[in-house]
Amino acid sequence: MADENQGELTARLTPILDRYEGRRGVLVSLLQDVQAEFGFLEEKVMSTVAEALKLPLSHLYGVTSFYSQFYFKPRGKHIVRVCTGTACHIRGAPAIQARLEDELGICAGETTEDLVFTLETVNCVGCCALAPVVTVNDRVLNRREQRKLSGWIREQRAP
Amino acid sequence: MVYRTNAMICTCTNCISNGALQVKDALEKEIKKQHLENDVRVVPTGASGLCVKGPILVVQPEGIFYQLLTVEAVPHLVEEHFLKGRPVKSLMYVPPGEEAPIPNIRDIPFFKNQRLIALRNRGLIDPDEIEEYIARDGYRALAKALTSMTPEKVIAEIKASGLRGRGGAGFPTGQKWEFCRASPETPKYIICNADEGDPGAFMDRSVLEADPHSVLEGMTIGAYAMGGTQGYMYVRAEYPLAIKRMKRAVEQARDYGLLGKDIFGTGFDFDLDVFQGAGAFVCGEETSLIASIEGQPPEPRMRPPFPAQSGLWGKPTNINNVETWANVPVIINWGAEWFSQIGTDTSKGTKVFSLAGNINNAGLVEVPMGITLRQIVYDIGGGIPNRKSFKAVQTGGPSGGFIPSDLLDLSVDYDRLQEAGAIMGSGGMIVVDEETCMVDMAKYFLEFTTSESCGRCNACREGLQAMYQILTNICAGQGKDDDIELLEELAPAVKDGSLCALGRTAPNPVLTTLRYFRDEYEAHIKEQRCPAGVCKALIAYSIDPEKCKGCMLCVKNCPQGAISGEKGQPQTIDQEKCIKCGACHEVCKFEAVTVR
Ligand SMILES: Cc1cc2nc3c(=O)[nH]c(=O)nc-3n(C[C@H](O)[C@H](O)[C@H](O)COP(=O)(O)O)c2cc1C
Ligand code: SF4
Ligand code: SF4
Ligand code: FES
Ligand code: FES
Repeated sequence: MADENQGELTARLTPILDRYEGRRGVLVSLLQDVQAEFGFLEEKVMSTVAEALKLPLSHLYGVTSFYSQFYFKPRGKHIVRVCTGTACHIRGAPAIQARLEDELGICAGETTEDLVFTLETVNCVGCCALAPVVTVNDRVLNRREQRKLSGWIREQRAP
Repeated sequence: MVYRTNAMICTCTNCISNGALQVKDALEKEIKKQHLENDVRVVPTGASGLCVKGPILVVQPEGIFYQLLTVEAVPHLVEEHFLKGRPVKSLMYVPPGEEAPIPNIRDIPFFKNQRLIALRNRGLIDPDEIEEYIARDGYRALAKALTSMTPEKVIAEIKASGLRGRGGAGFPTGQKWEFCRASPETPKYIICNADEGDPGAFMDRSVLEADPHSVLEGMTIGAYAMGGTQGYMYVRAEYPLAIKRMKRAVEQARDYGLLGKDIFGTGFDFDLDVFQGAGAFVCGEETSLIASIEGQPPEPRMRPPFPAQSGLWGKPTNINNVETWANVPVIINWGAEWFSQIGTDTSKGTKVFSLAGNINNAGLVEVPMGITLRQIVYDIGGGIPNRKSFKAVQTGGPSGGFIPSDLLDLSVDYDRLQEAGAIMGSGGMIVVDEETCMVDMAKYFLEFTTSESCGRCNACREGLQAMYQILTNICAGQGKDDDIELLEELAPAVKDGSLCALGRTAPNPVLTTLRYFRDEYEAHIKEQRCPAGVCKALIAYSIDPEKCKGCMLCVKNCPQGAISGEKGQPQTIDQEKCIKCGACHEVCKFEAVTVR
C-alpha cells in the first residue's frame, strides 16, 4: 500500500522534476509547481523532492519556511484573504478580519475543519485604491461582492 | 483598418475587479449591434490612473473620459456617444464638491497636473500587443543604443541624466552601471526588482500591467551597456496579471528578435526569465533577492562585495527597480539634457506615486520631482473625502515616515523627504485623516517589520519586537511614563545593529510619529485617551441625543444588539455589550454616533 502511494506520488512529481532538469535558479519555481499539483507541501512530497534533487531535506525547509506562500498543511477549497496592507489597514481591514474570523470560526492562517475555507491575511495585492480589499480564490472582490460575502460563506457551508 | 474612434478601456487588476472585462464585452457587443464595428475599436489598456473610479473608458482621439461604468450603462453610452455623437454627461468625472462634469481627460486636474515619462503609454496601448508599443516609439531607443552608441556612451548618457534608483534608496543609476561594467568576470546578470514589497503601493504592478515592454527595453539597453547576457524579472507572487502580461511580452519580444541572439543583427545576445516570488518582504532587498533566485534561504548578506562585483552565482549583477528601467528608453531617445531639465538639482525627472488612503482620487500619479506634497494631495488627489481634515502623508512604507500638515509645502525630492525623517521610498503614498491614530500606525508598521524580519540580526529581531511590545501596550492603555524615552533609545540601537535596510529603517515610522505627533503618544499614556478614536481599549461609542433622529440604521448594523431605543427617538448604546466595532459610527448618516 505504502509503495503504491509512493509510486503514484513519483508519477505526479516526475513531469515537474523533468521540466526543471539541469537548470539553475529554479528551486522556488519548482516547489511552487509541486505545491500547485499537491495543494500543499506534505512531508512525504518534500522528502521525495529532496531525494530527487539530491538536496538535504533541511535545506528545502530552510528555504520554504521563509515564504508566506508555501503551505505545509492542507488548505480549504476556498481561500479567503483579507488585505492588511497600509491602505486597507486605515480603511477598516482590522474590523473586516475580525468579522470574518468570527463568521468562519477560525483565526487568520487557519483552515476550517471541513476543509471548505482557509482564511489568510495578505500584505497588499496592489489594489490599494479600492481599499479595504478582500480576495476569494485570488480574485479581488468589488464593493458589491464584498457585501454579499457573508451570505456566500453561509451558502458554501450549507450541506 | 483605420478606425474613426478608439474606445480605450482599462483592464488592469483594479478595474477588472470592478467589472471592466464584462463592460468591455458589453461594449463590443453593443457596438456590433449598432453596426459601428468598422468605426469604433475597443482597446484594452493598462491603468489610466484614476483607479478608484474604475472601470474607466477614454474615447480617443477626442479624449472623453468616462468612469464607474457598468454593463447596464453601455447600451445608452454606445447609442448616445458613438451613434449620435452626444457625449454622456452622467458618466463623466465631477470634481469633489462641484457639480459640472469635466468631459475631457486633458482638463481633469488629476491628469492635467501630471508629467508622464515612466507611464508614457498608460491608457494608450494594449499591453498585450508589442506592435502597439512599437508604434509609440517602442524599441527605438534600443535600436539607437545598439547601432549608434557604444556601451560607454550609453552609461555616460544615463549618468548625465541624473537618474536615481526608484526602488527606494535613490542610488545614481549610471554610477551603478559603471561599477558593473567595470567588473571583469562574466557572465553578468541583469535583474529587475518587481517585488514591490511596500504594503500599500502599486506603482510597479501598474507599470508591468500597462506597459511591460518599456521595462524590457530598458533592461535590454542596460544589458548592452553593462555586458549582461541573462536577465531576471523578479515579480511578487501577489501580482498574477503582471506576471502573465510580462511573460507574454517576453515571448513577443523574442518573436520579434528583440530578445535572444544577435539582436538587431549586431551580435548582441540577451535573454530573460520571469521569476515569481513566494511572499517574503525581505526578498526585495537586493542580496536577499539574489539568494532567492539561487534557491538559498533569502537572507540579506553583508555588502561589500556589492552585487556589481559578486552577485547572482558570484557573478557581476545589476539590480534596478521597475520604474528605473522604464525611464531608460526615454533618456536614450530624448537625451540626458532634456531629462535633466525636469526636477530639482539633486532629483531629476519624475516619480510615480500610488496615492491611497483617505484621499478622493486614489490612483496612480506621475509627477515632476520638486512638486509639493500639497499639489499632490489637493490639486491631483482632490483632497480628503467625507469632510474630514488632512492629518499626514506617509511615504516609503515600513522604511519611511509620516509628514504632518505643516510640512505640506515640502518639495518632493530625495533630500527634502529625508530631512523630514521620511524617505522617497518606492512611491507608496498613503494619505491619512484625523481619524487615523498615529500610535496605531507606528504599531502597524512595526508589526509588519517584526514579522518580515529574516531574523538574522539580533537588533532587528529582538529590538523591533521590544519596540512593538511597547507600542502594543500604549495602544492597550497600559503605556508607562518612560515608554517614549525607551522607544527613543531602542530606535538607534536597532538601526545600528542591523545588517540590511529592513532593520536599519524599520524604526522610522516610530521616530517620525514621535517627532510630529508626540502629543498623541502622551494622550495615550498620560490621559488614557486615543484622540483619533481608534485604539479600542481607550474609546467608547455613544449616541448624541441631539443629533440622533431615531432612524435605527445603527441598530440594524450592530452585530451585538447593543443599541436600543424607540423608533424616531434617540438611541442608546449598552456599553457592556458593545465590542467597539465602529459599525454604528460608520453607518450613521447624521453623525450622531460619537467616539470618545
Ligand atoms: C527590506 C527591503 C525591501 C526592499 N524592497 C524593494 C522592492 O520591493 N522593490 C525595489 O525596487 N527595491 C526594494 N528594495 C531596494 C533594493 O534593495 C535595491 O536597492 C533596489 O532594487 C535597487 O534598484 P534602484 O537602484 O533602481 O532603486 C528593498 C530593500 C530592502 C532593504
Ligand atoms: S536587518 Fe533584519 S531583515 Fe535585515 S538581515 Fe538583519 S535580521 Fe534580516
Ligand atoms: S460600536 Fe459596534 S458593537 Fe458597539 S454599538 Fe456600535 S455597532 Fe454595536
Ligand atoms: S493595501 Fe490593501 S491592496 Fe494595497
Ligand atoms: S486599474 Fe483601471 S484605472 Fe487604475
